[in-house]
Amino acid sequence: MIPVEAYLVVSTLLFFIGVYGFLVRKNLIGILMAVELILNAVNINFVVFNRFLYPDHLEGYIYSLFVIVVAAAETAIAISIIINVYRKLKDVRVDSINELKN
Amino acid sequence: METITNLSPIILALPFLMFLFLGLCGNKLFKSNPNIAGWIGTAGLSVVAIVSYYIAIQYFWVEGKGADAYQQFVLFNHEWLKMTDNLVISIGFMLDPISAMMLVVISTVSLMVHIYSLGYMHGEEGFQRYYAVLSLFTFAMMGLVVATNIFQMYIFWELVGVSSFLLISFYFIKPSAVAAAKKAFIVTRFADMFFLIGILILSYYTNTFDFLKLTAVSDGHATLVNNTMCGEMFMGLSVTSIAMFLIFLGGAGKSAMFPFHIWLPDAMEGPTPASALIHAATMVVAGVFLVARMFPVYFFEAHDVLTIIGYIGAFTSLFAAIIACTQTDIKRVLAFSTISQIAYMFVALAVSGYTSEHEACLGYTASMWHLFTHAMFKACLFLGAGCIIHAVHSNEMNAMGNLRKFMPIAHITFGISCLAIAGILPFSGFYSKDEILVAAFEHDKVLYACQAFVAGLTAFYMFRLYFRIFWYSENPAHAHHTPHEAPMNMNIPLIVLSVFTCYSFFNLVSNDSYQLFSSKITADRVGFELETNWTIAIASLLVAGVGIAIAWVLYKEKNDKPDMIAGKVKCLYISASHRFYIDEIYLFITRKIIFGGICVAIAWFDRHIIDGFMNLLAWISRELSYDIRDVQSGNLQQYAWGFLVGVLAIAMFAIYY
Repeated sequence: MIPVEAYLVVSTLLFFIGVYGFLVRKNLIGILMAVELILNAVNINFVVFNRFLYPDHLEGYIYSLFVIVVAAAETAIAISIIINVYRKLKDVRVDSINELKN
Repeated sequence: METITNLSPIILALPFLMFLFLGLCGNKLFKSNPNIAGWIGTAGLSVVAIVSYYIAIQYFWVEGKGADAYQQFVLFNHEWLKMTDNLVISIGFMLDPISAMMLVVISTVSLMVHIYSLGYMHGEEGFQRYYAVLSLFTFAMMGLVVATNIFQMYIFWELVGVSSFLLISFYFIKPSAVAAAKKAFIVTRFADMFFLIGILILSYYTNTFDFLKLTAVSDGHATLVNNTMCGEMFMGLSVTSIAMFLIFLGGAGKSAMFPFHIWLPDAMEGPTPASALIHAATMVVAGVFLVARMFPVYFFEAHDVLTIIGYIGAFTSLFAAIIACTQTDIKRVLAFSTISQIAYMFVALAVSGYTSEHEACLGYTASMWHLFTHAMFKACLFLGAGCIIHAVHSNEMNAMGNLRKFMPIAHITFGISCLAIAGILPFSGFYSKDEILVAAFEHDKVLYACQAFVAGLTAFYMFRLYFRIFWYSENPAHAHHTPHEAPMNMNIPLIVLSVFTCYSFFNLVSNDSYQLFSSKITADRVGFELETNWTIAIASLLVAGVGIAIAWVLYKEKNDKPDMIAGKVKCLYISASHRFYIDEIYLFITRKIIFGGICVAIAWFDRHIIDGFMNLLAWISRELSYDIRDVQSGNLQQYAWGFLVGVLAIAMFAIYY
């Protein structure tokens, strides 16, 4: 059986890869993907802790489902914003989007 | 009493309203015909003059005389600024012998100047402004003499200074006029600083500004000042003396006493009628009026200061008379003559006693009498000089000569005024100057000798002026432009003022006329019977006669005697014609010592230490801001870094601590 630590190492790695991506990527879509990674690292933690600590309960699974739903909605909105930004500015790099006007 | 109380506000309100009206609307309303502004100003001033005369006559002959002394009426007194319960600045109207006399002097001279200016200033740029400022001056001067408290006097004191400034700089396109106006304003303002300090010291101890309280006398003391300030010492001097001396310095600035006299000759840059009104007849005697107003305090509590005033006055009168003998600009001669005559009034006050018994307060009466007569004949002289300048287009004596043929009225009135200022019987100046000399003789022989000598000098330089203008040899420059008599509206004031100078002919036949001043204007307001001291009268007549005779010999016809005498006393002559280099000394002190020395050090301190400290603070905050401004960049990812580091730090803290 795979020990709990292995799961946690994976989720931690996933989380920090996401954080790293969020911090250094300049492309908006890259940042969005990095945020997805962070959310999924959290999902793994929910599921793992539910499975190992409280196998009789379902709250962790349900929460991870909620997170997935919310993340999907968020992604849809973010993508639509990014598309609009691209249409307006012909660019999706964060450091070139520094004006509220225009 | 009811009537004069009701009429009194007109004297202050009407000139002020005229000032506002002519000053604000004059240029627009009377653009096409500025003379209307002049007529309105003159009409308004006529009303003021009638009211002033009415009040003065009512006061002196009907209302004023109490059981034994003239009373001091406060006709109205509005509280204006309340500093403490006792220390209140009011604006009011006080009627007593000297203020009633001043009402007559100011309104007469001012009205004459208004009428005269209709001709003299005709067609000048800024005619309306001129009349507006004349009204302002009349308002301020009236407010000064009727002041019920010393602070009201100070306020109007500054207002007359402002109107003097505005009139000297009337021709403000001339740099010399601008410089003269600045000089007059700065010098008098400098002296007024001492005046203010004196007022503050006095009111700090006595807790009042009110003249009635300050000058109340009982048992041979100015009670209030004696009770509150007696025995207070500062640096070995009595505080009363310091305060009263500082107040006198303010008066010395306005009245052009040495060493503050330097502004008055330059003030002649203004229009001549304005010089006649402000710098000869009324404003410059404000200092004398101030000392007369505070006379009980000076006499009983600061007699040492009064002695100093006497010596400053004597020195100034001698000094100015010597300079007047060498000047060639006729207005400057008159200016120095004014300084000298005002100094006479100070000397008279200094040698006066307080009570009317045995003519003790003769000096006080003589001072006010001389103020009155001097205002009339000096205004006449200035207005006459204005006519002459109008006719020959120059201030210089050299451009004149033999004008008596062309200008008979100016000649006669000028001659009468010269006789009066020289002190020839029976012109008004004889009586007033003679009483000053009598008072000086009885009090202090040194002052008497000095003043008698100055009387001779006065006769000399005035007749030098008179002969030089009206006799002498004709100036060839006249050939292409014959001088002509001034228009009627300029001659009428001359005639009226000469009549005032000749009123004293009645003194020969009527004792009532002779006692006019001594029965009404005295320090304790009681009045006394004046007796002529013929010894001194004859002595002063002789001195004046000698002065006139010398002038006659030297200046009746063109000759080389004046140059010869000037050559003999070259050193004295040159330094006197340069006004004893007092202006140069002032310039040396201000430019070289103050601006060049002290101010350089102060400026260095200001620029390097004070500014430097402020610059250091600014530099530190600027550098700090540069360093920390990257924190707030608006860059989301950078914020995320900060957030991450913060979270990690808190986590570390929570785990390991």
